[in-house]
Amino acid sequence: MNRVLQVVVRGAAMAGKGRGVAAFTFNIDALGIGRGNMPEARVGPSPLFPTTEFKPVPLKGGEEEDYMLALKQELRGAMQRLPHNIKACSSKTEVEKYTERYLKQAQINSEEWTPDWNLFPKELMPQSKKRRIKKGTKTKTVKKLKEDKANVLSKLDELAKKDENPEKSDEETEKKAEDDEEIEEEELEEDIEEENDYIESYFDNGEDFAAESDDNMDGEATY
Amino acid sequence: MTAQEVRLCGLLLQEHFGEVVEKVGRNLLKSGTQNLRAIVHETGLSVDLVKKSLCVLVQHGACSFIQGRKGPGSPTEYKAHCDRVLRILRYPRYIYTAKTLYGDTGELIIEELLQRGHMTMSNTVKTVADRLTQSMDEGSSMDYGEVSATFSKLVETHFLQRCPPAAGAGTTGSSQTANSTSAAPASSTAPTPESFPDCYRVPQVTLIGRSKRSLASEEGEDQRNAKKAKMDPETHGDEGIYWQVNFERFHQHFRDQTIISAVANKLDQTSSEIVRTMLRMSEVTTSSTAPCTKPLSANEIFRSLPATYNIPRHILDQYLTLLVDDPMEFVGKAGESGGGMYIVNLNQALANLARATLESIVQERFGSRSARIFRLLLRKRHLEQKQVEDFAMIPAKEAKDMLYTLLSQNLVQLQEIPKTPDFAPSRTFYLYTVNQLPTARLLLQNCYKTVANLMERRLFEAKESKRLLEKSQRIEAILASLQASGAEPEQLTEVEEMITAPEKQQLDSLRLHVNKLDSAENQVDETIFLLESYISSSTKPTS
Repeated sequence: MNRVLQVVVRGAAMAGKGRGVAAFTFNIDALGIGRGNMPEARVGPSPLFPTTEFKPVPLKGGEEEDYMLALKQELRGAMQRLPHNIKACSSKTEVEKYTERYLKQAQINSEEWTPDWNLFPKELMPQSKKRRIKKGTKTKTVKKLKEDKANVLSKLDELAKKDENPEKSDEETEKKAEDDEEIEEEELEEDIEEENDYIESYFDNGEDFAAESDDNMDGEATY
Repeated sequence: MTAQEVRLCGLLLQEHFGEVVEKVGRNLLKSGTQNLRAIVHETGLSVDLVKKSLCVLVQHGACSFIQGRKGPGSPTEYKAHCDRVLRILRYPRYIYTAKTLYGDTGELIIEELLQRGHMTMSNTVKTVADRLTQSMDEGSSMDYGEVSATFSKLVETHFLQRCPPAAGAGTTGSSQTANSTSAAPASSTAPTPESFPDCYRVPQVTLIGRSKRSLASEEGEDQRNAKKAKMDPETHGDEGIYWQVNFERFHQHFRDQTIISAVANKLDQTSSEIVRTMLRMSEVTTSSTAPCTKPLSANEIFRSLPATYNIPRHILDQYLTLLVDDPMEFVGKAGESGGGMYIVNLNQALANLARATLESIVQERFGSRSARIFRLLLRKRHLEQKQVEDFAMIPAKEAKDMLYTLLSQNLVQLQEIPKTPDFAPSRTFYLYTVNQLPTARLLLQNCYKTVANLMERRLFEAKESKRLLEKSQRIEAILASLQASGAEPEQLTEVEEMITAPEKQQLDSLRLHVNKLDSAENQVDETIFLLESYISSSTKPTS
C-alpha cells in the first residue's frame, strides 16, 4: 500500500514540474484502474441496517423443527424455574405488582438445591453466620440490633399469620424441625429465608388492598 | 475467545441461569482464570451470590476450578469454558436425538441431565419415571427397571459418561472457613472424563418398584411428600457417582448423520444406506477424532448390510465404485484385498460440507454470479483480476464490483507478488484467493453474532408486550381455577372475553415472531455445528 502511495506522490511531484502530461511512469490502464473503470468511492461508514439485495430463504419447517422448537421453549421455561437460576434480590422499595405475589409464591414453593460438596471447592460452601459475628465486636452490636428488629418483626408476622391461616404456621414449625437437622448446610439459606419471610409477610398483610386492586384490574379489562 | 462468543455466552447464561450468574460468568470469560476474591471484587456482587453462581457454573460444567496452582495454600482458581456454555444452544437437538434413538425415556433422561448439569443414576431414574408416570393413563405407572435399562443403554453407547472425580476437592478436611484451600497439590490440567477407567461402567443400583403417582388435586400434600422423600435417608448404592451428557459422542452422531444425509442428497437413498452401514460398523473401532474410518472390505460391508435393503453383491460393488469416484470424496479406497478395502473420509467429508456451506452462504448473500466467482477462486486457488473476469464469463465492470464486495467482506483475500523488490504496482501480480479455513472461522463468528442478535430481538419482542403477556397469563390462571371449581360455561366465556380482539391479534403475532426467532436460532446452530467441527477437525493434529 505504501508503495502505491509513494508512486502517487512521485507522480504528483512530476506533474508539479510543469510537464503535466505523463503523471505516471507507466500506463495506468494496464492496471485496470483507469477512469470510469473504478467502482464508486465509498463515503462514510456503511449503514447500520443496509437494504438487503437478496431476501433470506425461508426457515425449514416440518415436524422435526417444530418439535425442537417446542423443546427449546420448554427447556427455557424449565431452566428458569430450577433453583440453578439465581435471581438478584429485588429492591424492597419498589411498588409491588399484583402478579409478583404469584411469582414470589412460586419461588418459595420451588425446591431447594444442595450440591454435593464433595465435588465443589470447600470455599464455596455457605458459611455459618455465627463465625462472622465473632470476628469483631462492632459488627456484633449492629448485627444484634438488626437481629432484634428482625425478631420483633417475625414475631409480629407470626402472630398475624396465626390469625390468618393456622396451616401456614404449621408448616413453619416443620421447617424449623428440618433446619435443626441440617444446621450446617442451611444456615445461610436460613438467612435468606428470613429476609424473604419478611418481604412476603409484609406484603401478605395487605390482603385487603390486594383484593381491591384485583377488582380494579378486572374493571379495567372489561372497559 | 472473541467478543461475539462472550456476548452470546452472556445471553445464554442470562436466559438459563439468571442475571447474577451471567455477570459472574461473563467476568470469568473476559478475564480468564480468577480466584473467588477477585471475582467478588470485579463483579461487585455479594460474596454469597458469587459463591452460589460459581456453584451453578461448576454444576453445569461451564466452569472448572484448580486448587493450589501456585503452590500449596494458594487460593482456588476458577476458569469458565466458553465452548461448554455455547453448547446450551444445542440442547434441543441433543434431546431430540435422544428421543429418536431411545424413545421418550431417553428423551427425558437427557433432558433432566441437561437441565441439572449432572445427577446420580438413581436420582435420574426416579425423576424420569415420575415424569413418565404423570403423563401416562390413570392406573398405570412406569417401572424403574425399564428406565434403568434405557439409562444403561445410553451409557453403553457412550452418550452418557461419568463425571470425572473432583481433583482433590472433597478429599481435604471439612474445614469451613472462607480461605480454606486444599493442601494437596493438584495437577494443573483438568482431568478429562475419558482418562478415567470407570467412565462408562454402570454401578450396581438397588432401585426396585414403580413410581407412585402424585395426585394433582392435593398439591399441598404433594409438596410435603416431596419434602419427606428428600429427607429420606434411602441409599441406592450409587451415591457420589455422577453422570453427565457426553457431548463428543452426540457430535459424532450428528456428524455421521450429516454425512449420510449429504450422500442421500448427492447420490441416492441406497448409497446413503451403504455409507450408514459403513459408519455403523466402524462406530466402535474408530475414535471420534480419527480423520477416516478403519478400512472395511467389500465382503464385510456386504455381510453387514441389513437384509431388508436387498442389495446384491455386484450392485454393491458398483455403488462403492460410484461413491469412490464422486468428487465429494466421502468414501475412499484403501486397498484391493478382500474385494476392495473402503474407508469413509470423515475429515474430508467435513471439509467438503463446510465448503458447500460457504458457497451457499455467498450465493444467498451476494447472488449466484458472485458465488460463481467464489467457486472459481476456490477451485483455481490464485487468479488475477483479468483472469477472474474471463473465467467467470462476467462483464469486467460487474465482475470487479462483485470481487471488490467479496474482498471488502473478507471472503476473498488479495495476495501481492512483486516481480521486483520495490513493490511497484506495474510490476506486481495481484492475485485473488479464497482461504477456506479463515473464511470458515469468519463465518462462524458471524453465526454467533446472528444468534446473539436473534436472542436480543426475541427479548426485545417479549419486553415490548410484557404487560400483554402478563395479562394473558393471569387470565389463563383464572380460567384454569374456574374450570377446576366447575364454573358455568358462560362465566368462562366472560373471562375469556377479557382479552379483546386486537389484543388477541397482537398476542398471536408475538407468538409467531417468537417462534420464528427460536426456530431460526435452532437452525443457525446447525451451521455452527458444521463449521465448528470442520475447524476443529482441520486444526487438530491428525493422529
